[in-house]
Formats: sequence, structure tokens, C-alpha cells
Amino acid sequence: MHQSSFQSALDTAGKGAERIAELFYWMAGGATLIWIVTMGLAVYAILSRREHSVRMTRWLVIGGGAVVPTVVLAGLLSYALVMLPELQRPAPEGSLTIEVAGVRWWWRVNYIDNTGRRIPTANEIYLPVDQPVEFKLTSEDVIHSFWIPSLGGKVDMMPGRTNRLKLHPTRTGVFSGVCAEFCGTAHAQMRFRVVVTDQQTFDDWLVGQAQELAERREPSANTDPADVHQSAAETQAAIGKTTFFSRGCSACHAIRGTPADGVVGPDLTHFGSRLSIGAGVLDNTPENLRLWLSDTHRVKPGVQMPDFQTLRGDEVDSLVHFLGALK
Amino acid sequence: MKTTKPAADGLLSSAKLWTLTFAPLCWAAHFLASYLTSAIYCAKYAPADGDGLPIRIAVALFTVIALSLIAWIGGIGLRAHHMGETKLPHDDNTSRSEQRFLGFATLLLSLLSGVAILFTALVFVIMETCH
Ligand code: HEC
Ligand SMILES: [Cu+2]
Repeated sequence: MHQSSFQSALDTAGKGAERIAELFYWMAGGATLIWIVTMGLAVYAILSRREHSVRMTRWLVIGGGAVVPTVVLAGLLSYALVMLPELQRPAPEGSLTIEVAGVRWWWRVNYIDNTGRRIPTANEIYLPVDQPVEFKLTSEDVIHSFWIPSLGGKVDMMPGRTNRLKLHPTRTGVFSGVCAEFCGTAHAQMRFRVVVTDQQTFDDWLVGQAQELAERREPSANTDPADVHQSAAETQAAIGKTTFFSRGCSACHAIRGTPADGVVGPDLTHFGSRLSIGAGVLDNTPENLRLWLSDTHRVKPGVQMPDFQTLRGDEVDSLVHFLGALK
Repeated sequence: MKTTKPAADGLLSSAKLWTLTFAPLCWAAHFLASYLTSAIYCAKYAPADGDGLPIRIAVALFTVIALSLIAWIGGIGLRAHHMGETKLPHDDNTSRSEQRFLGFATLLLSLLSGVAILFTALVFVIMETCH
């Protein structure tokens, strides 16, 4: 899948962002034109030795100084205002609805499925292409701001308030989302990934996210002797699961289908399927997960997860196996 | 050159200074009235679909009132500016010149405030709902 490693409001993939980029190009072009004319006049005024009629210069001052700016501003204002109602209009009834809460310094995400059930996840948002999506945005602590530059404008997340935002992705890909309102130490590392896929892939993904841990464990009918390695990994994962509880991770993290039901940190039920660790900070690889678990505060200074430097190497290994297998 | 009257004649007329501020004050009042009305209406009384027709009517009314007041004060400024036989800039040390200057400034401020009020009103022309 195409990975947009950088985020840009001009690298558009959504209806909102397209309109905003259009406005930007008009403004940039207009500003350049005005700059050239102004500079041209200034240079002309310095070089020209001719006498000019007082009438003409007076009209130039009134026209260039008052009339043109008024007309240009009125034009820009109308242009921007005309695009607002469509951008602000809620997505049609029955559209996909996603609740996102900003939490220092990560994102709590809940998909509402068509039966009204909440499907929790975190730090990653899947969207079906060519569908309007309605976001309900809030915050659990300070003011954050939800922004996916390639898809649309940003909206503040306020504690005690629900703001809404409609996005309408127009092409598939992986995009970057950020917090756009300074919210403390790790603000710059409060990011997330946005995966825009076709409808089928999205539906499958959502069904997967809705499942609990136990539902997925197929009985190990593996008789192939070549799979010894596989089962060794499974053993590791089982040890990791025990470690997860004995080390108290479950107090903060939920893994649905197990007794782990903490809500202080991100839901980890399908952590292994995520693209990133620590709210978009590291790519989700076993090495990076090891780094995250053994040196959390160096990876993300200010993070609200305690450093677990007392974890033994083999405990970290087993946790990496366990968490990585949570697909 | 015109005759320069003694300075005693050029006492600052406070009434004139106040007329200078009148147009921007109308602009401020219009702005506050428009946005306070819509904030309160949208938060407390708007129907679920966010229909904003009552606000737009109210703002239209505010705009007519504000523009009429500004036209009136601008007219006063214009007459003061044209008073007598002088050319710009009105910078003689006389009370007449001072009045002309204040009149001219009032006129320009009225134009500016009028445009600003139209800009504010434009928002309500285009925005149909509370969303
Ligand atoms: C005091 C609560 C707390 C405890 C205990 C805790 N965590 Fe966390 N954890 C968090 C918070 C908060 C975050 C979000 C950090 C951020 O990205 O800012 C987090 C993030 C994570 C992430 C990254 C999730 C993602 O989607 O990016 C993983 C993996 C993780 N924790 C694993 C663990 C493991 C394993 C343990 C036990 C060794 C553990 N945590 C213990 C609070 C906790
Ligand atoms: Cu922030």
C-alpha cells in the first residue's frame, strides 16, 4: 500500500482538503500578483523622472489603496464563505460515525456499527474510500485538535463538548494525522495513522476489530512438523500474556475477551494489526516494540505510561510476541 | 494662504471628536449584536436541522439600522468637510479647518465601517444554518 510518509494539506486525498488547497492556490497566486504590481510601482517610482498629473496619482492612491483591497477582500471572503456550508454540513443520516477523544498524548477511537454498538480501538483510523464519514470529537483532559491534513480541515477537541467534523476521502492510501493544538510535553508526538481502503477491506477490518481475543483463537490443528517454530512463538505469546497480567499492564490497557479492562491507556485488543506504536511515533515492528516497552520515556518524553525498565529481557521478548500476535 | 485666526478660536470641540467615533461604534455594535444573537439562538433555540432564518432576518435588520446611522453621520461629516472654500489637507490652525478635518475623517471612517458591516452581513447571507 502506498505510504505517504509526510503529511501535507496540499497532497490532497479528501474533498475538504481539495477545497482548502484550491483556496490556498488562489490566495498564493493573488498575493504574488499583488506583490509584483506593488514592487513594480515602487521600482517605477524610484526610476521614473517624469512629472505625473496630480489627478492620476490621486486616483492611483484611492483605487490601489482603498478600492482594490476592498474588492479583493470581498471576493476572497465570498469565495471562502461559499465553500463553508458544504464543508460544515453533517454527513447524511446513516453514514459511518466515529468517536475520537484526545487523551494526552494519544487518541481513543470508537467506531459505531450499524447496530449502535461501540467498537473501541486507538491511534489508527480506517476509512472506506468515497464515503462521507461523521466524526464526533471530544477531549478527556485539555484542548486538542484533530487534523488529517490530506483529508480536510482541523477541528478542536474540547473537554466537556462534542464537536463534529465530516471527512470524505477520495483516494486510498495511508495518511498522517496530528494533534494541531499544543497540549503539553508530548504534543509533537501525538499523531495517528489513517488508512483509507476500499469498502470491502474496510468492512473486513471492522469485523476483525469487533472480535474479542478468545473468538480468534482457532484450535491449533497444526500437524505439520515444519511448524515447530510457529508453536514456539505461540508458547512465547502465552508467557507474554501471563506477563501482561503479572506486570500490571492490564490495569491500564484493555484486551477484550480477557480480564484486562484498563481504560487509562489505549485498547490493545488488535494492537498487532496497527501500523504504529505510541500514537504514530514508531513503526510497529518487533524491535520498536521492544524499545517502547524497555525505554518508553526516551522514545516519548512525557508519556503517561510508566517506564518498565525493571522488565527482564525475556519478559520483554514474550510481551513482544504476545502483543504482536494481537492481530 | 488663508487668514490664520488666533488660537483661542481653535479650541478642540469635544462634540466633533465624538462624532468621529460614532461610525466605528456602529460597526462594533452591529458585529456584537449579530454574533451574540446567532450564538444564543443556535445554542438555545435552533431546531435540530440548525435552520438559521430568524438570525438572518435579525442580522438584516441590524444591518439596515447600522447602515442608516452611518449614512447619517457620514452625511454630517461630508457637509463639514465641504464647509467653506478649502482644499485638503485641512491643517490650518483654525477651528473651521479643524471642523473640516474632523468632518473628512468622519466621512472616511463611515465608509470603512460601512464596508466592514457589509462584510459581516455577507457571512449571514451565505451561511444558512447554525452548522
Ligand atoms: C499507568 C498506566 C499504564 C500501564 C501500567 C501500562 N501502560 Fe501501556 N500505555 C499507557 C498509556 C497512557 C499509553 C499511551 C501512550 C502514548 O502514546 O502517549 C500506553 C501505550 C502503550 C502501547 C502503545 C499502544 C499504541 O496503540 O500505540 C503499548 C504497546 C503498551 N502501552 C503496552 C504496555 C505494556 C506491555 C504494559 C505492561 C508492561 C503497559 N503498557 C503498562 C498506560 C499504561
Ligand atoms: Cu496536542
